[in-house]
This record gives sequence, structure tokens and C-alpha cells, in this order.
Amino acid sequence: MKNTLRQVFHSPKFVIGFSIFALILLTVIIYPLVVIADPLEMVGNGNFFKPGTYVSVKDAVEGTHYTLNIDVQSGSLDNKISSSDKDDMKDWLIKYGGVAEADINVNDVESLLGLWQTHYDPDADQTGILASKKKYYVRLNNSLNGILEDNDVIIAKENSETGELEQTGTIASKEFVNTKDVANRRTFVLGTDNFGRDVLTELLDATKTSLRVGLIAGVVATLIGLFLGLLSGYLGGMVDNIITFITNLFTVIPSFILLILISYSVGQAARGVNLVATIIGLTSWTWTTRSVRSQVISLRNRDHVNLSKLSGHSMMRIVLTDILPYIASYVVMAFILQISSGILAEAQLSMLGLGPSTSTTATLGLMMNWANLYAAPLNGSWWAYFPVVIMIALISFSLNLMNTGLDQIFNPQLRD
Amino acid sequence: MSDKRASCLKGNGVTKVFGFGDKKTVAVNNVDFDFREGEIVSIVGESGSGKTTLSKMLLGLISVTEGEVLFQGKPRDISTGQKKREYWKGIQAIFQDPFSSYNMFNKIDSVLLDCINMRGGKSLPYEKKFEMMREACSFVNLEFKELTNKYPFELSGGQMQRLMIARIFLLKPKILLADEPTSMIDACSRATILDMLLKLRDEINMTIIFITHDIGLAYYISDSVYIMEHGKFVEHGKAEDVILHPKAAYTQRLINDVPKIYEEWDLSTV
Repeated sequence: MKNTLRQVFHSPKFVIGFSIFALILLTVIIYPLVVIADPLEMVGNGNFFKPGTYVSVKDAVEGTHYTLNIDVQSGSLDNKISSSDKDDMKDWLIKYGGVAEADINVNDVESLLGLWQTHYDPDADQTGILASKKKYYVRLNNSLNGILEDNDVIIAKENSETGELEQTGTIASKEFVNTKDVANRRTFVLGTDNFGRDVLTELLDATKTSLRVGLIAGVVATLIGLFLGLLSGYLGGMVDNIITFITNLFTVIPSFILLILISYSVGQAARGVNLVATIIGLTSWTWTTRSVRSQVISLRNRDHVNLSKLSGHSMMRIVLTDILPYIASYVVMAFILQISSGILAEAQLSMLGLGPSTSTTATLGLMMNWANLYAAPLNGSWWAYFPVVIMIALISFSLNLMNTGLDQIFNPQLRD
Repeated sequence: MSDKRASCLKGNGVTKVFGFGDKKTVAVNNVDFDFREGEIVSIVGESGSGKTTLSKMLLGLISVTEGEVLFQGKPRDISTGQKKREYWKGIQAIFQDPFSSYNMFNKIDSVLLDCINMRGGKSLPYEKKFEMMREACSFVNLEFKELTNKYPFELSGGQMQRLMIARIFLLKPKILLADEPTSMIDACSRATILDMLLKLRDEINMTIIFITHDIGLAYYISDSVYIMEHGKFVEHGKAEDVILHPKAAYTQRLINDVPKIYEEWDLSTV
């Protein structure tokens, strides 16, 4: 036993897979202890806020201000003028403004703006330009007006008696706040989703739920498969024929279709996480049954089983002590694969809208479903679905890697 | 001499058929036998002649297709698990391959303790059980103190087979079915093991049914010999009669096929 464990942890594939899985598991367990926030709290008042730190504007305005001698203009200019705008400005200046190409540096926004303001004339002769493009330049010019002006922002408050605005202060362009001074701030490492929930917190909660789904599905499938496989393999005869028939029947029915039908007939209201997991387990036991059966058939005529019979052991004891330990490594491998396929099956079901219906828990599949329904892939909100995809991929990758590692140890023919 | 002893295991028209229809194989075909108490009987035949199938039927590990088996004069009844366990108190076996005869997850102690429990010693104090195990091990020249808490795969093949005999020593069955117990073991250990089997026979007066393909060995140890070919007994009788004066052509061939050290081996007869 000790030797086997040592061997298992010497397989690089198993170790890598195990490390990834342990890391995910630890993160899922430790994160909620550190960040005490309801994973399903709708923080954002709107869809798909970008990842980043959000600070309270009021706190920032009212808090301590620091003056820093930093060129703030080019920074904010860069933010305001897109690179395609800059390229268009350069084009216009070369074609119609009579500026030599060598004089224009697109990366120096201030000099570009200076050139633009001295040379741009909407009434200039612009032969060969589309009318729409011409109007675009007019719009661009209007939006650039006043961009170089450096006015202080006035802070005013409404006087509650007179109803007039009274100036309480100004903010110069070189004034800064330290984000640490701002009391109300929140970092969304992965932004928010369509409900305004923090994606990172939700993702880790969903991973926990999905792992539970995988575990329940794996346990159910492995137990059924093991029980039927042991029964049909050890007893043989009519029992074997009947169980093999049922197993073959379930093997040829595509289990995913069966899963969809069962999930659908259970109904939206009754579909909780545990029920969906059990249904997944109930539809995926066939391969475990088949392989356990074939292994038991080859074991049941071994001499040590015969000797055990001659020693007067009961059938139950023979199955548990003389057969089960010999197929245990195989069953563990099958169990790992069942967990992985259970998680994937949940994701597939949820993508079709047949997953757990409850709004009190998130699963990886449900997160993808929501992101899909709210068109996250179309509006560029990658943070709402991409981390979920990576998480599912990492879990199945690590579990499959563990399985391959175990396979190489227990099936020496595959060992490289 | 053997005729005076009581019949221990008797078979009338015992037949085993595997499969049905086109795939039907008759492994053991209508054999009669009568094994006497305290006798050493050899069943000799080449591979595939049905020796092992017959031995499994005698042990009650597989069903008998046709015919009846009488145990100590009465038709044996192994219809239920309880009756089977009762039957196995009277008949035990040593298998061919010592390496696959043990459950590698169980320690040696549990193998021997099972035997004590089976003989009704479940409630004995541990010191008593320990003494019994030590005695059984010393009977086969093993030191129980060195074996306790070890796993069977930590022993050599010869030691494992001797442990098997220690098991039989504890169980004290009426009949021991030894299915080629020495074929996987080197020549030196072979003599030791045969010696121990004979010693054990004398000690508890049990019948040994010795299944082998080695006719020389059969002559060396047995009182009577059954020659088996294609599921049938072609010849049986006292060992000296059968082997020194063989009547059946098959027996003749088996005897000729035994390699002799000082003679050129004639492969044309094989």
C-alpha cells in the first residue's frame, strides 16, 4: 500500500494533475474564508462591468488631494483619442493639410493635436473623399475642441434654503487621490456578470458546486457500476445475462439524450443541484459496469478465490476481500473519470437550460448559460465566460492527467 | 489391502459438459472412481485431459453435469452455502501455483486464523491460537515468528507451498486434493513438500488425491493410479500394476515420454 502510494506520487503526470486539482480545491476552500462576500450578491447596477478597482467618486472628491507634477494631459488625451482616430488625422494632414509625413509623429498626441488645429479646415478642398468621411472629420474636430483646455472642475452644492448652487471648491487637473484613502472601493478582479455579481467570487463558488455535482455523479455512477459489475461478474449465469442485457441497453441509448429527457421531465422547479448530479450519475454507470464485470470474471476463477471459498468464507466476504481489492485501482481510475465527465455533463445540461434551476447557487454551467443568454461573447465581455471555460478545462485536464498517471502505474504495458 | 479400507469418495458416471450446441465440450466423460480412506491416489494425464475439471468437481467448486459423487458412503449434498462449508471441512485442496493461491492483501496470520476458525476454534484465546499456528508452521519447518505480520508475496514459492500444507495441518480434512502442488517448484523443494505430504497423511490418516502429469512422481508416492485421457479413465489399479505393466497404449506413451537422464530422448514419440 505504502509502496503503491510512493509509486503513484512518482508519476509526473499524476503529480501535475494532482497539484492542479489540489490548487483548485484549496482556492475554493480558502477564498470564501478570506473574502467574506455573498457570491450571488448583485453588486453592480448594470451588466458586465469591466475588471478593475472601483472607487467612490464622492469619497475621491471629498478626500485628501495631492498635487503631483505629472503631465496629466497626454495621459488623458491618449485615453480620449483612439489610435484609429490618430491614423485618420494623420491621413487628412498628409493628403489635404500639406504636412510632410516625416513631420507627423502619431505617438506624440500633443504635437499631432497642434498640427491638427493649425491645419484642419473643414472647408478646404478635399477632393476624392467620401461625404461620410468628410462629416466624420467634422465630428472628430468638434470632439477635439476644448480638449487641450485646462480648466479646473468646480465643485458646487445646492443650498437647501435658496436652491442656488454654491461653489465649495475646485479640482485642478494635477490633483490626485490615493486610492488607499478612498474608503469605499471594491476590486473586481474579473469584473461583474450580467446580474452585476462579482465574477471571481461567483466563479469560485460555482467551482465548489460543480465539484460537488461531479463528486455526487461520480459516486452514484461508480457505486451502481461497481455493484452491478460485481454481481454479474461473480454470480454469472442468468443474473449475468440479465444485467449484461440491461447494461447493453443503456450503452446504446445515448446517455446525454437520456439525461436531457430525464432532466426535462423532472421539471424546472424540482431540479436542484443534488438532483441533477444524481441524474447524471444514473445515466453514466454503464462503462464502469462493463469493465468491472470483465475484471471480476477473470478474477473469480483464480486460485486465491477458490481457496477463500474452501476456507468457508461467505460470498459477501469473498467479494469484499478477495475481489474488490484487486480491482480497486481500476475503480479509483473510473471514479476519477466519472467526476470529470459529471462536471462536463452538468455544464452541457446547463448550457441547454436544463441544469439546476435554483437561483441560490451558481454552477460553472449556469454561469456559461447566463453569459450566453446576455450575449457576453458578442459585446466583448470576455471576463463573464472565459474564466469559466478555463476553470472547466483545468478541472477536466487535471483529473484526466491523474487518471493517465494512475493508468501507467497499474497497467505497466502502457508505461513509457 | 486398499479394498479393506472404507470408501471415502466415490463417483458414478461423473460428467462435466461446458457450453452447449456447437460449442459443447465434454471435459469429463462418465468416469467412475472409488477412493479409499488413507490412500494416496494419483490421477495422471496430460494437459487438457480433464484432471483439473475433475478436481474442481470433487471440491464442489463447479457443478457436476451428470452422475453422482458419494462422500463417505453417502451422496454428498452441497446445495446450500452452509452445506458446502460443512463439506469443505472434509475436503481441502492445495493448488498448483503457490504465487496465485494467496490473496496478496491478506497477511499470513489471517490465512492460518481462518483455518482455526473453520475448525471451530473461533472463541479460543489468542495464546492458544498462536500456539496452534506455531505448531502448524513448525510441522512444515517454518518459523511462525518470522512469518507473522508478513504478506504471502514476501515468501519464496517453496515456503508458500509449505504454508499451504500448514493450512491443511490445521484443517485436518478427510481428503486432500493436491492439484500438481510441486509443478511450480524446484526439484529440491519438491522432495521436501512430497515428504511433508506423506508425513501429514500418516499423522491424520487422510486420503490424498494427487493430480499430476508426471507419471514417475505418481509411481513414487501413490498407492493406486488412475490414468486419464480425454476426460475418461483409461486404466486404473495399484501403482505397481499400472505403471510396471501398463495395458493401455496411452499409459505406455506416458511412461515412454518420461525423460531419462542416461538415455537419448526419442522425440518422435511425443
